Amino acid sequence: MARILIPTPLRQFAEKNDNVEVAGATVGEVLTALTTRFPDLKKNLYNDEGKLRSFVNVYLNDEDIRYTGKEATAVTDADTLSIVPSIAGGAHVG
Amino acid sequence: MSAEITLSNDEILRYSRHLIMPEVGMEGQLKLKKASVLLVGTGGLGAPLGLYLTAAGIGRIGLVDFDVVDYTNLQRQVIHGTKDVGRPKIDSAIESMKDINPFVQLDRHEVALTSDNALEIIKDYDYVVDGTDNFPTRYLVNDACVLLNKPNIYGSVFRFEGQSTVFAYEGGPCYRCLYPEPPPPGLVPSCAEGGVLGILPGVIGLIQATETAKLILGVGKSLVGRLLLYDALEMKFRELKLRKNPECPVCGDHRTITKLIDYQEFCGIPQHAAEAAPVNTATEIEPKDVKAKQDRGDKFVLVDVREPHEYQIAKIPGSILIPVGDVAKRLGELNPDDEIVMHCKMGGRSAKACDVLRANGFTKVLNMTGGITKWSDTVDPTVPKY
Repeated sequence: MARILIPTPLRQFAEKNDNVEVAGATVGEVLTALTTRFPDLKKNLYNDEGKLRSFVNVYLNDEDIRYTGKEATAVTDADTLSIVPSIAGGAHVG
Repeated sequence: MSAEITLSNDEILRYSRHLIMPEVGMEGQLKLKKASVLLVGTGGLGAPLGLYLTAAGIGRIGLVDFDVVDYTNLQRQVIHGTKDVGRPKIDSAIESMKDINPFVQLDRHEVALTSDNALEIIKDYDYVVDGTDNFPTRYLVNDACVLLNKPNIYGSVFRFEGQSTVFAYEGGPCYRCLYPEPPPPGLVPSCAEGGVLGILPGVIGLIQATETAKLILGVGKSLVGRLLLYDALEMKFRELKLRKNPECPVCGDHRTITKLIDYQEFCGIPQHAAEAAPVNTATEIEPKDVKAKQDRGDKFVLVDVREPHEYQIAKIPGSILIPVGDVAKRLGELNPDDEIVMHCKMGGRSAKACDVLRANGFTKVLNMTGGITKWSDTVDPTVPKY
């Protein structure tokens, strides 16, 4: 099972986990397994068309999956996936 | 050509710990003195940046800020002091920097950076350091730096985590290569999820300062092409590869952005969001009217939808706590026949909570405008604001 690191802003949608192990042979399968386990993560990771949101980057180890084959990128048990959303400091709403 | 730049004896003594290192030396110190750096923002990141870049002997530093020092800034914005609360940040920052090093020229830009003034301001500097706290200004700084071919030394913080890299250096990747678009306002963390360890922007700001100095000196390996991630809780640094996106709209092969755009609109922020809308008495109630209801002994339930750790900071007497994320699960604790008033810190989360109740058949639901902050302002100043 690959390890997936969940960033601070998204932990509230993942039962406060900072990392979890999920099964999957590709990045897409791992992310599907992740959002099946934590359904609240789904709307934060994917847009209404089911595409990964453009302010959420996914890295396989240190490579951005946009340059390795996107969701089709193969994943092994030794790999670590990171979700890295954009953050912008102190200005808040609501 | 201007006159040759040299160091006075006072400056030689001041910078002696630089001068005795071969990686800096006289040649490097003169490079620092000849350099100009624009700091966008004098907040959490800008504070350590301003202090250390000044101490290091950058020749000219420009400051962009139009904000005033607020009491809640002091937990992290160490360039400002308690005596500065209420003063323009730019005045307080310049005073601190002048005290540290009178040899540095400090240029004031007491404006909000906008599409109308950004190019004009940035063009006179060699390096831009992004210490802003919001997405529209980040994209504005990025695009302006790409258009003017100025390195953009980036840092960003959230809670216990930070990011830093160098964008737009000699045609390298830019912020839009990393994040083509900002999050929609609804997915930006609210004040419930916000907050920052006060020390964190010190760490990230000084990484930015280090990168700035290295670029000026031409030493070491910069963060160009690498996104550095810092996790203060784990005390771990990681780095990710940052590539230039050939499809980037501002620095890619087929550019669609060739001038500055409307960044508020790009980030989905309504033009007049700051203007207070009139209270809709069918769905909203003022804090003073909630107090009047309590004083009259009206039968109603006051629900606080903030988080438990916020409830510990301050609460309104008589309220019950149901965090916004739990409202849908805990409907059974509320009676649809009761009148229900919901509040949070500022009114944003409680508006969402009201929608949840209405969607579940509750009809007598009111959102208390302005939250506990307005309660403190207009009803009971003994309730602390945070």
